[in-house]
Amino acid sequence: MTPTAAATSNVTQLKPQAAAPTATVVPLPAPAAKKPFFSPRAKTRMMEWGATVIPPLLTTAVLLILWEVLCSSPTSSLPAPSKVVSDTWELIANPFYDNGGNDKGLGWQLYASLKRVALGYALAAIVGIGLGALVGASTWAMRGLDPVFQVLRTIPPLAWLPLSLAAFRDGEPSAIFVIFITAIWPVIINTAVGIRNIPQDYKNVAQVLRLNPIEYFHKIMLPAAAPYIFTGLRIGIGLSWLAIVAAEMLIGGVGIGFFIWDAWNSSRISDIILALIYVGAVGFVLDRIVALIAVAVTRGTANA
Amino acid sequence: MSKAFLTIEHVDKSFTRGAMTNEVLTDISLSVNQGEFISIIGHSGCGKSTLLNIVAGLTQATKGVVFLEGKVVDEPGPERAVVFQNHSLLPWLTCYENVSLAVDKVFGRTKSKAERHDWVMHKLKLVNMEHAKDRRPSEISGGMKQRIGIARALAMQPKVLLLDEPFGALDALTRTHLQDQVMQIQAELNNTVLMITHDVDEAVLLSDRIVMMTNGPSARIGEILDVDLPRPRKRLELVSDRTYIAARAAVLKFLYERHKFVEAA
Ligand SMILES: Nc1ncnc2c1ncn2[C@@H]1O[C@H](COP(=O)(O)OP(=O)(O)O)[C@@H](O)[C@H]1O
Ligand SMILES: [Mg+2]
Repeated sequence: MTPTAAATSNVTQLKPQAAAPTATVVPLPAPAAKKPFFSPRAKTRMMEWGATVIPPLLTTAVLLILWEVLCSSPTSSLPAPSKVVSDTWELIANPFYDNGGNDKGLGWQLYASLKRVALGYALAAIVGIGLGALVGASTWAMRGLDPVFQVLRTIPPLAWLPLSLAAFRDGEPSAIFVIFITAIWPVIINTAVGIRNIPQDYKNVAQVLRLNPIEYFHKIMLPAAAPYIFTGLRIGIGLSWLAIVAAEMLIGGVGIGFFIWDAWNSSRISDIILALIYVGAVGFVLDRIVALIAVAVTRGTANA
Repeated sequence: MSKAFLTIEHVDKSFTRGAMTNEVLTDISLSVNQGEFISIIGHSGCGKSTLLNIVAGLTQATKGVVFLEGKVVDEPGPERAVVFQNHSLLPWLTCYENVSLAVDKVFGRTKSKAERHDWVMHKLKLVNMEHAKDRRPSEISGGMKQRIGIARALAMQPKVLLLDEPFGALDALTRTHLQDQVMQIQAELNNTVLMITHDVDEAVLLSDRIVMMTNGPSARIGEILDVDLPRPRKRLELVSDRTYIAARAAVLKFLYERHKFVEAA
Protein backbone atom coordinates (compact mmCIF):
# COMPACT_ATOMS: atom_id res chain seq x y z
CA MET A 1 0.00 0.00 0.00
CA THR A 2 3.00 2.33 0.06
CA PRO A 3 2.93 3.20 -3.65
CA THR A 4 -0.31 5.14 -3.50
CA ALA A 5 -0.85 7.98 -5.87
CA ALA A 6 -1.73 10.16 -2.94
CA ALA A 7 1.54 9.40 -1.32
CA THR A 8 3.52 10.45 -4.35
CA SER A 9 1.73 13.75 -4.86
CA ASN A 10 2.27 15.34 -1.47
CA VAL A 11 4.62 13.32 0.54
CA THR A 12 6.51 14.17 3.60
CA GLN A 13 9.52 12.14 4.53
CA LEU A 14 7.32 10.42 7.03
CA LYS A 15 4.91 9.05 4.46
CA PRO A 16 6.24 5.53 4.08
CA GLN A 17 6.18 5.19 7.82
CA ALA A 18 2.74 6.70 7.86
CA ALA A 19 1.60 3.86 5.72
CA ALA A 20 3.56 1.26 7.56
CA PRO A 21 1.46 0.72 10.68
CA THR A 22 -1.64 -0.11 8.69
CA ALA A 23 0.09 -2.57 6.44
CA THR A 24 2.21 -4.42 8.94
CA VAL A 25 1.80 -8.13 8.48
CA VAL A 26 3.39 -10.35 11.04
CA PRO A 27 5.85 -12.46 9.09
CA LEU A 28 5.71 -16.16 9.62
CA PRO A 29 8.91 -17.56 11.10
CA ALA A 30 11.23 -18.46 8.28
CA PRO A 31 11.68 -22.20 7.74
CA ALA A 32 14.86 -23.49 9.27
CA ALA A 33 17.76 -23.59 6.86
CA LYS A 34 19.42 -26.76 8.17
CA LYS A 35 17.28 -29.77 8.78
CA PRO A 36 17.97 -31.50 12.08
CA PHE A 37 16.20 -34.78 12.76
CA PHE A 38 13.25 -32.90 14.18
CA SER A 39 12.84 -29.34 12.93
CA PRO A 40 12.48 -26.91 15.86
CA ARG A 41 8.89 -26.29 14.85
CA ALA A 42 7.99 -29.95 14.82
CA LYS A 43 9.68 -30.26 18.20
CA THR A 44 7.64 -27.48 19.81
CA ARG A 45 4.49 -28.85 18.23
CA MET A 46 5.21 -32.28 19.65
CA MET A 47 5.80 -30.75 23.07
CA GLU A 48 2.51 -28.87 22.87
CA TRP A 49 0.75 -32.03 21.81
CA GLY A 50 2.33 -33.91 24.69
CA ALA A 51 1.28 -31.21 27.12
CA THR A 52 -2.36 -31.59 26.12
CA VAL A 53 -2.44 -35.36 25.85
CA ILE A 54 -0.35 -36.52 28.80
CA PRO A 55 -2.42 -35.02 31.70
CA PRO A 56 -5.74 -36.68 30.72
CA LEU A 57 -3.94 -39.99 30.10
CA LEU A 58 -2.36 -39.73 33.55
CA THR A 59 -5.65 -39.01 35.33
CA THR A 60 -7.37 -41.86 33.48
CA ALA A 61 -4.62 -44.25 34.50
CA VAL A 62 -4.82 -43.14 38.13
CA LEU A 63 -8.59 -43.56 38.17
CA LEU A 64 -8.41 -47.00 36.60
CA ILE A 65 -5.83 -48.15 39.14
CA LEU A 66 -7.94 -46.76 41.99
CA TRP A 67 -11.01 -48.54 40.62
CA GLU A 68 -9.09 -51.80 40.19
CA VAL A 69 -7.82 -51.63 43.78
CA LEU A 70 -11.19 -50.73 45.29
CA CYS A 71 -13.17 -53.40 43.44
CA SER A 72 -10.63 -56.21 43.40
CA SER A 73 -11.93 -58.03 46.50
CA PRO A 74 -14.14 -61.03 45.60
CA THR A 75 -16.96 -59.63 47.77
CA SER A 76 -17.09 -56.32 45.89
CA SER A 77 -20.55 -55.54 44.45
CA LEU A 78 -19.09 -53.86 41.36
CA PRO A 79 -16.58 -55.44 38.96
CA ALA A 80 -13.03 -54.15 38.61
CA PRO A 81 -11.93 -52.90 35.18
CA SER A 82 -10.00 -56.05 34.39
CA LYS A 83 -13.13 -58.11 35.09
CA VAL A 84 -15.27 -55.72 32.99
CA VAL A 85 -12.99 -56.27 30.03
CA SER A 86 -12.90 -60.06 30.38
CA ASP A 87 -16.71 -60.23 30.94
CA THR A 88 -17.57 -58.08 27.97
CA TRP A 89 -14.86 -59.16 25.58
CA GLU A 90 -17.45 -60.65 23.22
CA LEU A 91 -19.30 -57.34 23.05
CA ILE A 92 -16.13 -55.30 22.57
CA ALA A 93 -14.84 -57.58 19.83
CA ASN A 94 -18.12 -57.85 17.90
CA PRO A 95 -19.88 -54.51 17.96
CA PHE A 96 -22.00 -55.36 14.90
CA TYR A 97 -23.28 -58.88 15.47
CA ASP A 98 -27.00 -59.40 14.94
CA ASN A 99 -28.84 -62.41 16.38
CA GLY A 100 -32.26 -60.96 15.63
CA GLY A 101 -34.65 -59.23 18.03
CA ASN A 102 -32.92 -57.11 20.63
CA ASP A 103 -29.82 -59.28 20.62
CA LYS A 104 -27.58 -56.99 18.63
CA GLY A 105 -24.06 -55.65 19.03
CA LEU A 106 -23.39 -52.36 20.81
CA GLY A 107 -22.68 -50.71 17.47
CA TRP A 108 -26.26 -51.41 16.35
CA GLN A 109 -27.66 -50.33 19.70
CA LEU A 110 -25.83 -46.99 19.49
CA TYR A 111 -26.81 -46.62 15.85
CA ALA A 112 -30.49 -47.01 16.75
CA SER A 113 -30.20 -44.40 19.49
CA LEU A 114 -28.27 -42.02 17.26
CA LYS A 115 -30.89 -42.30 14.55
CA ARG A 116 -33.61 -41.24 16.97
CA VAL A 117 -31.48 -38.39 18.25
CA ALA A 118 -30.59 -37.27 14.74
CA LEU A 119 -34.22 -37.02 13.73
CA GLY A 120 -35.51 -35.37 16.89
CA TYR A 121 -32.55 -33.03 17.09
CA ALA A 122 -32.74 -31.98 13.44
CA LEU A 123 -36.41 -31.11 13.89
CA ALA A 124 -35.61 -29.22 17.07
CA ALA A 125 -32.85 -27.28 15.32
CA ILE A 126 -35.03 -26.21 12.39
CA VAL A 127 -38.13 -25.35 14.41
CA GLY A 128 -36.06 -23.87 17.23
CA ILE A 129 -34.12 -21.50 14.99
CA GLY A 130 -37.35 -20.46 13.26
CA LEU A 131 -39.23 -19.80 16.49
CA GLY A 132 -36.17 -18.17 18.05
CA ALA A 133 -35.86 -15.83 15.08
CA LEU A 134 -39.53 -14.90 15.43
CA VAL A 135 -39.27 -14.27 19.15
CA GLY A 136 -36.01 -12.35 18.72
CA ALA A 137 -37.24 -10.17 15.89
CA SER A 138 -40.79 -9.37 16.95
CA THR A 139 -41.66 -7.75 20.25
CA TRP A 140 -45.21 -9.05 20.03
CA ALA A 141 -44.13 -12.62 19.38
CA MET A 142 -41.80 -12.32 22.35
CA ARG A 143 -44.51 -11.02 24.66
CA GLY A 144 -46.86 -13.76 23.58
CA LEU A 145 -44.52 -16.72 23.42
CA ASP A 146 -41.75 -16.08 25.91
CA PRO A 147 -43.82 -16.79 29.05
CA VAL A 148 -45.12 -20.01 27.48
CA PHE A 149 -41.59 -21.11 26.60
CA GLN A 150 -40.31 -20.25 30.04
CA VAL A 151 -42.88 -22.55 31.64
CA LEU A 152 -42.64 -25.40 29.13
CA ARG A 153 -38.86 -25.57 29.19
CA THR A 154 -38.79 -26.42 32.89
CA ILE A 155 -40.73 -29.66 32.29
CA PRO A 156 -38.32 -32.61 32.58
CA PRO A 157 -37.95 -34.47 29.25
CA LEU A 158 -39.25 -37.78 30.55
CA ALA A 159 -42.43 -36.16 31.82
CA TRP A 160 -43.41 -35.68 28.17
CA LEU A 161 -43.09 -39.38 27.40
CA PRO A 162 -46.46 -40.65 28.69
CA LEU A 163 -48.24 -37.83 26.91
CA SER A 164 -46.47 -38.48 23.63
CA LEU A 165 -47.11 -42.23 23.94
CA ALA A 166 -50.77 -41.40 24.35
CA ALA A 167 -50.66 -39.13 21.31
CA PHE A 168 -48.55 -41.26 18.96
CA ARG A 169 -49.51 -44.74 20.29
CA ASP A 170 -46.02 -45.93 19.36
CA GLY A 171 -42.62 -45.90 21.05
CA GLU A 172 -40.54 -44.74 18.08
CA PRO A 173 -42.17 -41.36 17.35
CA SER A 174 -42.60 -40.80 21.08
CA ALA A 175 -38.87 -41.13 21.68
CA ILE A 176 -38.17 -38.76 18.79
CA PHE A 177 -40.68 -36.30 20.19
CA VAL A 178 -39.00 -36.42 23.59
CA ILE A 179 -35.67 -35.58 21.94
CA PHE A 180 -37.31 -32.78 20.00
CA ILE A 181 -38.97 -31.22 23.03
CA THR A 182 -35.77 -31.54 25.07
CA ALA A 183 -33.45 -29.96 22.54
CA ILE A 184 -35.69 -27.18 21.29
CA TRP A 185 -35.70 -24.81 24.31
CA PRO A 186 -32.02 -23.90 24.41
CA VAL A 187 -32.10 -23.44 20.63
CA ILE A 188 -35.09 -21.10 20.77
CA ILE A 189 -33.80 -19.08 23.70
CA ASN A 190 -30.25 -18.66 22.41
CA THR A 191 -31.38 -17.82 18.89
CA ALA A 192 -33.73 -15.17 20.23
CA VAL A 193 -30.99 -13.64 22.37
CA GLY A 194 -28.60 -13.64 19.41
CA ILE A 195 -31.08 -11.88 17.20
CA ARG A 196 -32.01 -9.35 19.83
CA ASN A 197 -28.30 -8.55 20.21
CA ILE A 198 -27.60 -7.80 16.54
CA PRO A 199 -25.71 -4.50 16.65
CA GLN A 200 -27.51 -1.44 15.31
CA ASP A 201 -24.55 -0.98 12.94
CA TYR A 202 -25.41 -4.11 10.99
CA LYS A 203 -29.06 -3.09 10.84
CA ASN A 204 -28.02 0.30 9.50
CA VAL A 205 -25.92 -1.33 6.80
CA ALA A 206 -28.90 -3.50 5.83
CA GLN A 207 -31.15 -0.45 5.71
CA VAL A 208 -28.80 1.60 3.57
CA LEU A 209 -28.55 -1.35 1.16
CA ARG A 210 -32.34 -1.79 1.26
CA LEU A 211 -32.06 -5.52 1.91
CA ASN A 212 -35.48 -7.16 1.77
CA PRO A 213 -36.64 -9.32 4.71
CA ILE A 214 -35.42 -12.55 3.13
CA GLU A 215 -32.00 -11.12 2.31
CA TYR A 216 -31.85 -9.62 5.79
CA PHE A 217 -32.64 -13.00 7.33
CA HIS A 218 -29.89 -14.97 5.64
CA LYS A 219 -27.28 -12.28 5.02
CA ILE A 220 -27.39 -10.42 8.34
CA MET A 221 -29.59 -12.11 10.91
CA LEU A 222 -28.37 -15.71 10.67
CA PRO A 223 -24.63 -14.97 10.47
CA ALA A 224 -24.81 -12.29 13.15
CA ALA A 225 -26.69 -14.59 15.50
CA ALA A 226 -24.76 -17.72 14.49
CA PRO A 227 -22.47 -17.82 17.54
CA TYR A 228 -25.52 -17.68 19.83
CA ILE A 229 -27.46 -20.18 17.74
CA PHE A 230 -24.60 -22.65 17.99
CA THR A 231 -24.42 -22.21 21.74
CA GLY A 232 -28.04 -23.31 21.81
CA LEU A 233 -27.41 -26.18 19.42
CA ARG A 234 -24.54 -27.42 21.55
CA ILE A 235 -26.58 -27.39 24.73
CA GLY A 236 -29.36 -29.06 22.77
CA ILE A 237 -27.27 -31.98 21.52
CA GLY A 238 -26.03 -32.67 25.05
CA LEU A 239 -29.55 -32.68 26.45
CA SER A 240 -30.80 -34.90 23.59
CA TRP A 241 -28.22 -37.53 24.38
CA LEU A 242 -29.10 -37.36 28.08
CA ALA A 243 -32.78 -37.78 27.29
CA ILE A 244 -32.54 -40.58 24.74
CA VAL A 245 -30.91 -43.03 27.16
CA ALA A 246 -33.64 -42.46 29.74
CA ALA A 247 -36.45 -42.54 27.18
CA GLU A 248 -35.23 -45.81 25.66
CA MET A 249 -35.18 -47.46 29.05
CA LEU A 250 -38.93 -46.97 29.18
CA ILE A 251 -39.70 -47.60 25.53
CA GLY A 252 -37.71 -50.77 25.01
CA GLY A 253 -36.57 -52.20 21.68
CA VAL A 254 -33.15 -51.71 20.14
CA GLY A 255 -31.19 -48.81 21.60
CA ILE A 256 -28.41 -48.20 24.07
CA GLY A 257 -30.86 -47.09 26.80
CA PHE A 258 -32.83 -50.31 26.76
CA PHE A 259 -29.63 -52.30 26.47
CA ILE A 260 -28.54 -50.84 29.81
CA TRP A 261 -31.92 -51.55 31.39
CA ASP A 262 -31.95 -55.07 30.02
CA ALA A 263 -28.44 -55.70 31.33
CA TRP A 264 -29.52 -54.55 34.78
CA ASN A 265 -32.50 -56.90 34.73
CA SER A 266 -30.24 -59.83 33.95
CA SER A 267 -27.51 -58.60 36.34
CA ARG A 268 -24.86 -58.12 33.66
CA ILE A 269 -23.11 -55.29 35.53
CA SER A 270 -20.02 -55.40 33.31
CA ASP A 271 -22.21 -54.85 30.25
CA ILE A 272 -23.72 -51.79 31.92
CA ILE A 273 -20.30 -50.33 32.61
CA LEU A 274 -19.15 -50.90 29.05
CA ALA A 275 -22.35 -49.31 27.70
CA LEU A 276 -21.89 -46.29 29.98
CA ILE A 277 -18.37 -45.78 28.63
CA TYR A 278 -19.74 -45.91 25.08
CA VAL A 279 -22.54 -43.49 25.96
CA GLY A 280 -20.03 -41.05 27.39
CA ALA A 281 -17.74 -41.35 24.39
CA VAL A 282 -20.57 -40.83 21.90
CA GLY A 283 -21.89 -37.84 23.86
CA PHE A 284 -18.44 -36.31 23.82
CA VAL A 285 -18.07 -36.89 20.09
CA LEU A 286 -21.50 -35.39 19.37
CA ASP A 287 -20.58 -32.27 21.32
CA ARG A 288 -17.28 -31.95 19.45
CA ILE A 289 -18.99 -32.39 16.09
CA VAL A 290 -21.45 -29.56 16.78
CA ALA A 291 -18.60 -27.41 18.08
CA LEU A 292 -16.52 -28.04 14.96
CA ILE A 293 -19.46 -27.28 12.69
CA ALA A 294 -19.91 -24.05 14.66
CA VAL A 295 -16.31 -23.04 14.07
CA ALA A 296 -16.54 -23.90 10.38
CA VAL A 297 -19.83 -22.10 9.83
CA THR A 298 -19.13 -18.99 11.88
CA ARG A 299 -15.57 -18.91 10.59
CA GLY A 300 -14.07 -18.76 14.02
CA THR A 301 -16.43 -16.29 15.71
CA ALA A 302 -17.91 -19.05 17.89
CA ASN A 303 -15.89 -20.85 20.55
CA ALA A 304 -14.84 -24.42 19.96
CA MET B 1 -38.47 23.75 -5.48
CA SER B 2 -34.82 24.54 -4.92
CA LYS B 3 -32.06 24.34 -7.47
CA ALA B 4 -29.50 22.85 -5.14
CA PHE B 5 -28.59 19.17 -5.36
CA LEU B 6 -29.13 18.38 -1.71
CA THR B 7 -31.14 20.65 0.57
CA ILE B 8 -31.85 20.39 4.24
CA GLU B 9 -34.82 22.62 5.10
CA HIS B 10 -35.65 23.76 8.60
CA VAL B 11 -34.88 20.44 10.21
CA ASP B 12 -35.62 20.03 13.92
CA LYS B 13 -34.92 16.88 15.84
CA SER B 14 -35.85 15.98 19.37
CA PHE B 15 -35.73 12.66 21.12
CA THR B 16 -38.55 11.87 23.52
CA ARG B 17 -38.10 9.32 26.22
CA GLY B 18 -41.15 9.12 28.46
CA ALA B 19 -41.88 12.61 29.68
CA MET B 20 -38.37 13.84 28.85
CA THR B 21 -37.83 15.63 25.56
CA ASN B 22 -34.30 16.24 24.40
CA GLU B 23 -34.07 18.97 21.79
CA VAL B 24 -31.01 18.08 19.74
CA LEU B 25 -31.21 20.05 16.49
CA THR B 26 -33.08 23.29 15.82
CA ASP B 27 -33.83 24.81 12.46
CA ILE B 28 -31.01 23.35 10.40
CA SER B 29 -31.02 24.56 6.80
CA LEU B 30 -28.31 23.90 4.26
CA SER B 31 -28.00 23.68 0.49
CA VAL B 32 -25.27 21.56 -1.04
CA ASN B 33 -24.28 21.66 -4.69
CA GLN B 34 -23.37 18.66 -6.79
CA GLY B 35 -19.73 17.77 -6.31
CA GLU B 36 -19.33 19.90 -3.23
CA PHE B 37 -17.35 18.69 -0.21
CA ILE B 38 -18.96 19.87 3.01
CA SER B 39 -17.60 19.33 6.50
CA ILE B 40 -19.75 19.57 9.57
CA ILE B 41 -17.78 20.44 12.64
CA GLY B 42 -18.92 20.87 16.21
CA HIS B 43 -18.25 19.71 19.71
CA SER B 44 -19.01 16.17 20.66
CA GLY B 45 -22.67 15.50 21.44
CA CYS B 46 -24.02 18.52 19.57
CA GLY B 47 -25.95 16.38 17.13
CA LYS B 48 -23.69 15.92 14.12
CA SER B 49 -24.34 12.21 13.79
CA THR B 50 -28.05 12.83 14.26
CA LEU B 51 -28.01 15.29 11.36
CA LEU B 52 -26.09 12.88 9.15
CA ASN B 53 -28.49 10.07 10.00
CA ILE B 54 -31.42 12.28 9.04
CA VAL B 55 -29.82 12.88 5.63
CA ALA B 56 -29.14 9.15 5.38
CA GLY B 57 -32.78 8.46 6.19
CA LEU B 58 -31.86 6.28 9.16
CA THR B 59 -33.45 8.80 11.54
CA GLN B 60 -36.63 10.76 10.89
CA ALA B 61 -36.57 14.51 11.47
CA THR B 62 -39.13 15.80 13.95
CA LYS B 63 -39.79 18.78 11.70
CA GLY B 64 -38.47 19.88 8.33
CA VAL B 65 -37.49 18.02 5.17
CA VAL B 66 -34.42 16.84 3.32
CA PHE B 67 -34.51 16.92 -0.48
CA LEU B 68 -32.13 15.12 -2.81
CA GLU B 69 -32.52 16.19 -6.42
CA GLY B 70 -35.94 17.54 -5.56
CA LYS B 71 -37.15 14.31 -4.00
CA VAL B 72 -38.00 14.00 -0.32
CA VAL B 73 -35.67 11.75 1.66
CA ASP B 74 -37.76 9.53 3.90
CA GLU B 75 -35.89 6.23 4.03
CA PRO B 76 -32.31 5.00 3.80
CA GLY B 77 -30.96 3.99 0.43
CA PRO B 78 -27.74 3.27 -1.43
CA GLU B 79 -27.82 6.61 -3.24
CA ARG B 80 -26.90 8.11 0.13
CA ALA B 81 -24.11 5.77 1.18
CA VAL B 82 -22.81 6.09 4.72
CA VAL B 83 -19.33 5.42 6.06
CA PHE B 84 -20.10 4.83 9.70
CA GLN B 85 -18.09 6.12 12.62
CA ASN B 86 -17.09 2.60 13.65
CA HIS B 87 -16.66 1.14 10.16
CA SER B 88 -19.58 -1.33 10.55
CA LEU B 89 -18.09 -4.03 8.40
CA LEU B 90 -19.74 -7.43 8.70
CA PRO B 91 -17.17 -9.56 10.55
CA TRP B 92 -18.19 -12.86 8.97
CA LEU B 93 -17.46 -11.60 5.45
CA THR B 94 -14.09 -10.96 3.85
CA CYS B 95 -13.21 -7.48 2.68
CA TYR B 96 -14.16 -8.47 -0.85
CA GLU B 97 -17.48 -9.92 0.28
CA ASN B 98 -18.30 -6.84 2.33
CA VAL B 99 -17.99 -4.70 -0.78
CA SER B 100 -19.64 -7.23 -3.10
CA LEU B 101 -22.66 -7.51 -0.79
CA ALA B 102 -23.35 -3.87 -1.61
CA VAL B 103 -22.50 -4.22 -5.30
CA ASP B 104 -24.67 -7.31 -5.78
CA LYS B 105 -27.58 -5.57 -4.14
CA VAL B 106 -27.27 -2.26 -5.99
CA PHE B 107 -26.19 -3.54 -9.41
CA GLY B 108 -27.58 -7.08 -9.30
CA ARG B 109 -29.99 -6.31 -12.14
CA THR B 110 -27.93 -3.93 -14.24
CA LYS B 111 -24.46 -5.47 -14.28
CA SER B 112 -23.27 -8.94 -15.19
CA LYS B 113 -21.40 -11.09 -12.71
CA ALA B 114 -18.06 -10.32 -14.31
CA GLU B 115 -18.81 -6.60 -14.40
CA ARG B 116 -19.73 -6.66 -10.72
CA HIS B 117 -16.48 -8.42 -9.88
CA ASP B 118 -14.50 -5.81 -11.79
CA TRP B 119 -16.46 -3.10 -10.05
CA VAL B 120 -15.63 -4.49 -6.61
CA MET B 121 -11.96 -4.87 -7.50
CA HIS B 122 -11.86 -1.35 -8.88
CA LYS B 123 -13.24 0.11 -5.64
CA LEU B 124 -10.79 -1.95 -3.59
CA LYS B 125 -7.99 -0.64 -5.77
CA LEU B 126 -9.23 2.90 -5.30
CA VAL B 127 -8.58 2.61 -1.57
CA ASN B 128 -5.44 0.50 -2.10
CA MET B 129 -6.86 -2.59 -0.49
CA GLU B 130 -6.82 -5.20 -3.27
CA HIS B 131 -4.07 -7.05 -1.46
CA ALA B 132 -6.32 -7.69 1.56
CA LYS B 133 -9.46 -8.66 -0.31
CA ASP B 134 -9.63 -12.14 1.20
CA ARG B 135 -8.97 -11.10 4.76
CA ARG B 136 -11.63 -10.63 7.38
CA PRO B 137 -12.20 -7.36 9.23
CA SER B 138 -10.73 -8.84 12.41
CA GLU B 139 -7.47 -9.46 10.57
CA ILE B 140 -6.83 -5.91 9.37
CA SER B 141 -6.00 -2.63 11.10
CA GLY B 142 -8.45 0.14 11.94
CA GLY B 143 -7.30 2.28 9.06
CA MET B 144 -7.76 -0.59 6.63
CA LYS B 145 -11.26 -1.24 7.95
CA GLN B 146 -12.15 2.37 7.40
CA ARG B 147 -10.84 2.13 3.84
CA ILE B 148 -12.97 -0.94 3.17
CA GLY B 149 -15.91 1.02 4.59
CA ILE B 150 -15.15 3.80 2.12
CA ALA B 151 -14.79 1.30 -0.73
CA ARG B 152 -18.14 -0.22 0.17
CA ALA B 153 -19.80 3.19 0.18
CA LEU B 154 -18.18 4.22 -3.12
CA ALA B 155 -19.19 0.90 -4.67
CA MET B 156 -22.86 1.87 -4.31
CA GLN B 157 -22.12 4.79 -6.65
CA PRO B 158 -23.95 7.13 -4.30
CA LYS B 159 -25.26 10.55 -5.22
CA VAL B 160 -24.13 11.72 -1.81
CA LEU B 161 -21.40 10.20 0.30
CA LEU B 162 -21.99 10.59 4.03
CA LEU B 163 -18.94 10.21 6.26
CA ASP B 164 -19.37 10.13 10.04
CA GLU B 165 -16.01 10.97 11.60
CA PRO B 166 -14.38 8.48 9.26
CA PHE B 167 -10.90 8.96 10.65
CA GLY B 168 -11.81 9.76 14.25
CA ALA B 169 -10.48 6.55 15.78
CA LEU B 170 -7.22 6.45 13.83
CA ASP B 171 -3.73 7.54 14.73
CA ALA B 172 -2.55 10.83 13.25
CA LEU B 173 -0.29 9.37 10.58
CA THR B 174 -2.84 6.91 9.24
CA ARG B 175 -5.40 9.68 9.28
CA THR B 176 -3.16 11.94 7.18
CA HIS B 177 -2.74 9.19 4.67
CA LEU B 178 -6.46 8.48 4.40
CA GLN B 179 -7.30 12.16 4.09
CA ASP B 180 -5.02 12.37 1.08
CA GLN B 181 -6.67 9.32 -0.39
CA VAL B 182 -10.16 10.70 0.11
CA MET B 183 -9.13 13.98 -1.53
CA GLN B 184 -7.74 12.13 -4.48
CA ILE B 185 -10.82 9.92 -4.87
CA GLN B 186 -13.05 12.96 -4.66
CA ALA B 187 -11.04 14.70 -7.36
CA GLU B 188 -11.39 11.64 -9.53
CA LEU B 189 -15.08 10.90 -9.03
CA ASN B 190 -16.39 14.37 -8.15
CA ASN B 191 -18.64 13.01 -5.41
CA THR B 192 -20.89 15.14 -3.30
CA VAL B 193 -19.66 14.59 0.21
CA LEU B 194 -20.99 15.42 3.65
CA MET B 195 -18.35 14.69 6.27
CA ILE B 196 -18.54 15.00 10.01
CA THR B 197 -15.34 15.77 11.81
CA HIS B 198 -14.03 17.33 14.97
CA ASP B 199 -10.61 17.93 13.48
CA VAL B 200 -10.08 21.51 12.36
CA ASP B 201 -7.19 20.79 9.98
CA GLU B 202 -9.08 17.97 8.37
CA ALA B 203 -12.08 20.21 7.80
CA VAL B 204 -10.06 23.01 6.21
CA LEU B 205 -7.93 20.71 4.11
CA LEU B 206 -10.77 18.70 2.60
CA SER B 207 -13.78 20.98 2.39
CA ASP B 208 -15.24 23.50 0.04
CA ARG B 209 -17.39 24.73 2.90
CA ILE B 210 -17.28 24.15 6.61
CA VAL B 211 -20.54 24.08 8.54
CA MET B 212 -19.94 24.98 12.17
CA MET B 213 -22.52 23.87 14.67
CA THR B 214 -23.26 25.49 18.01
CA ASN B 215 -23.31 23.40 21.15
CA GLY B 216 -26.35 21.37 22.04
CA PRO B 217 -28.97 21.10 23.27
CA SER B 218 -30.90 22.71 20.44
CA ALA B 219 -27.82 22.98 18.28
CA ARG B 220 -28.05 25.07 15.14
CA ILE B 221 -25.73 26.04 12.34
CA GLY B 222 -23.63 28.83 13.79
CA GLU B 223 -21.61 29.80 10.78
CA ILE B 224 -20.68 28.53 7.33
CA LEU B 225 -17.17 29.17 6.12
CA ASP B 226 -16.11 29.06 2.48
CA VAL B 227 -12.68 27.56 2.03
CA ASP B 228 -11.46 29.23 -1.11
CA LEU B 229 -8.40 27.15 -1.81
CA PRO B 230 -7.57 25.79 -5.25
CA ARG B 231 -7.42 22.02 -5.79
CA PRO B 232 -5.49 19.80 -5.79
CA ARG B 233 -4.50 20.86 -2.32
CA LYS B 234 -1.15 19.93 -0.92
CA ARG B 235 -0.89 19.61 2.80
CA LEU B 236 2.64 20.92 3.12
CA GLU B 237 2.22 23.92 0.89
CA LEU B 238 -0.95 24.89 2.72
CA VAL B 239 0.79 25.12 6.06
CA SER B 240 2.00 28.58 5.19
CA ASP B 241 -0.89 29.58 2.93
CA ARG B 242 -2.72 32.71 4.08
CA THR B 243 -6.21 31.58 3.17
CA TYR B 244 -5.60 28.29 4.91
CA ILE B 245 -4.30 29.93 8.04
CA ALA B 246 -7.20 32.36 8.09
CA ALA B 247 -9.78 29.60 7.62
CA ARG B 248 -8.18 27.51 10.30
CA ALA B 249 -8.15 30.46 12.68
CA ALA B 250 -11.80 31.20 11.95
CA VAL B 251 -12.90 27.66 12.77
CA LEU B 252 -10.75 27.52 15.88
CA LYS B 253 -12.14 30.81 17.03
CA PHE B 254 -15.68 29.62 16.51
CA LEU B 255 -15.12 26.37 18.36
CA TYR B 256 -12.94 27.46 21.23
CA GLU B 257 -13.87 31.08 21.80
CA ARG B 258 -17.48 31.64 20.94
CA HIS B 259 -18.82 28.15 21.45
CA LYS B 260 -16.54 26.81 24.06
CA PHE B 261 -17.37 23.25 24.99
CA VAL B 262 -19.04 23.28 28.37
CA GLU B 263 -18.47 20.03 30.15
CA ALA B 264 -21.93 18.73 30.96
CA ALA B 265 -21.74 17.82 34.65
N1 LIG C 1 -31.50 7.41 19.55
C1 LIG C 1 -31.35 8.41 20.44
N2 LIG C 1 -32.20 8.52 21.47
C2 LIG C 1 -32.06 9.53 22.37
N3 LIG C 1 -31.12 10.49 22.31
C3 LIG C 1 -30.24 10.43 21.29
C4 LIG C 1 -30.31 9.39 20.30
N4 LIG C 1 -29.31 9.61 19.41
C5 LIG C 1 -28.65 10.69 19.82
N5 LIG C 1 -29.22 11.21 20.95
C6 LIG C 1 -28.77 12.41 21.65
O1 LIG C 1 -28.56 13.41 20.70
C7 LIG C 1 -27.43 14.18 21.05
C8 LIG C 1 -26.50 14.28 19.87
O2 LIG C 1 -25.93 13.04 19.59
P1 LIG C 1 -24.99 12.83 18.33
O3 LIG C 1 -25.75 13.24 17.12
O4 LIG C 1 -24.51 11.44 18.38
O5 LIG C 1 -23.81 13.84 18.60
P2 LIG C 1 -22.40 13.99 17.86
O6 LIG C 1 -22.37 13.04 16.72
O7 LIG C 1 -22.33 15.41 17.45
O8 LIG C 1 -21.35 13.70 18.88
C9 LIG C 1 -26.79 13.54 22.26
O9 LIG C 1 -27.12 14.32 23.39
C10 LIG C 1 -27.45 12.20 22.35
O10 LIG C 1 -27.64 11.85 23.69
MG1 LIG D 1 -21.15 11.29 16.37
